[in-house]
Amino acid sequence: MATVVFPRREEVTAPPQPKISTRNLNVYYGDFHAIKDVNLDILPNQITALIGPSGCGKSTFLRCLNRMNDLIEGARVEGSVMLDGQDVNDPRTDVVALRRRVGMVFQRPNPFPMSIYDNVAYGPRIHGIRRRSVLNEIVERSLRQAALWDEVKDKLRQSALALSGGQQQRLCIARVLAVEPEVLLMDEPASALDPTATFRIEELMQELKSRYTIVIVTHNMQQAARVSQYTGFFYKGELYEFGETAKIFTNPERRETEDYIRGRFG
Amino acid sequence: MRISKMHELWRRFINAVSLTLTGVCAVVVMAPVFIILAYLLMNGVRSLNLEFLTSLPKSPGEPRGGMANAIVGSFYMVGLGLILALPVGVGAGVYLAEFGRTRYAQVVRFMADVLNGVPSIVIGVSVWALLVVPMRSFSALAGGVALSFIMIPMIARTTEEMVRAVPNALREASLGLGATYARTMWSVVLPAARGGIVTGVMLALARAFGEAAPLLFTALGNRFWNFYLDRPMANLPTQIYEYAKSPYVDWHRQAWAAALVLIIVVLVLNVIARTSTRERFRALR
Repeated sequence: MATVVFPRREEVTAPPQPKISTRNLNVYYGDFHAIKDVNLDILPNQITALIGPSGCGKSTFLRCLNRMNDLIEGARVEGSVMLDGQDVNDPRTDVVALRRRVGMVFQRPNPFPMSIYDNVAYGPRIHGIRRRSVLNEIVERSLRQAALWDEVKDKLRQSALALSGGQQQRLCIARVLAVEPEVLLMDEPASALDPTATFRIEELMQELKSRYTIVIVTHNMQQAARVSQYTGFFYKGELYEFGETAKIFTNPERRETEDYIRGRFG
Repeated sequence: MRISKMHELWRRFINAVSLTLTGVCAVVVMAPVFIILAYLLMNGVRSLNLEFLTSLPKSPGEPRGGMANAIVGSFYMVGLGLILALPVGVGAGVYLAEFGRTRYAQVVRFMADVLNGVPSIVIGVSVWALLVVPMRSFSALAGGVALSFIMIPMIARTTEEMVRAVPNALREASLGLGATYARTMWSVVLPAARGGIVTGVMLALARAFGEAAPLLFTALGNRFWNFYLDRPMANLPTQIYEYAKSPYVDWHRQAWAAALVLIIVVLVLNVIARTSTRERFRALR
């Protein structure tokens, strides 16, 4: 059963140092101002959900956190994104090391056209791990963490593309976990999946929470309410409201948040 | 509105005529292939025997002998051309696919298309001026270089298209795991595009294998074995040309046999090109 997990009192009263904090973050795509002055603190070992209507900038915001926007032509980022007090956009920051610490799971499952094993081993391999025994260990541990091991342990050599959509998405999660990141960014990880597969992913997130800081972008408000401890509401590129999930969903401060949550638009 | 019977008949008639015409055109497309194959089989099979495949040419006018050196020479120079063209072609294709929107890339793409359209005889003459004259000798190297000029644009353009067709999601997945761009290309994008690239390479090989013009002024031909890069080398297309215009009946027969060998190799390469797209791991769903 997926229980609705709201943060307990003590977790909230003494907030630890934020894992990631953005200050005056602005993103432009050419002339389009996609993100406007976003200040947001993401706490470690918590699930933070970002909600809002399509095109509100939540995915763009997510992609700032591990500099995936670098890859988009014409994208410009201003302001700061601090990861453990270190500026992510600093020219001295090694983007390869950054993305190793801040992993990403995408909207559509995107396994490589290789075997299941090679998919999971890809990350460790690019970071220089060659020893067979070590790789075997990482692959098994990652697949177990992603709750996929029992389903694929007998067919690790088969093509990852033969798996179902839900299995592929859990494989992609295992692939990220294999590089042992500190932060997991999930961009609508369940939007292409059926309800059963979605449920498994949500269950998985609860299990991963103790070891990782998770930021999830979702269109599904029930999902945000179910899985997250904190919720941020994005609207037209601005962070309209941010707070404990329970509060956002029961007693939002701004009318736009309430309208969106009540399903009046979006 | 009433449609007259006459009109309807006329309409059916036009429809039938159009259908027949396109069908006939389709047959005409296939016909040359069958005519060529039938002709080569009729004339070539008789002379195509073990001796033809394994022995050297005899002196002019003397019957028998074979073209073993020309068959090996053709493979040798096409192989050499591939060694030169594959890295350049694939490299340029990746560049065009990944960074293809710059002005420079547009020029490169245009030049590749121009090179693809340059008559092969012109390529032959150019490589003659470029390599044969300074080296003071016709050579296998010059032949290989000329063939690589034929293959480079074909390989580059197919690679570009295949790499472009690899979904961006795969690049993002790899980069998101902390892979460098080069690593992403090498380990994810190129393997995903491999089937299509192999097809393009096979078609380029088939084209190069049959070209006579680029070799006439570069490899020249040779009546003996040669494996040195800096000496003239026998090859099937120029040997066919030599033999076909000779006054000896036996040489004419051997030219037919050589043409048959050539077409078989080209057919096999085309079949490999067809089947290589059926990959175990399909990248493009």
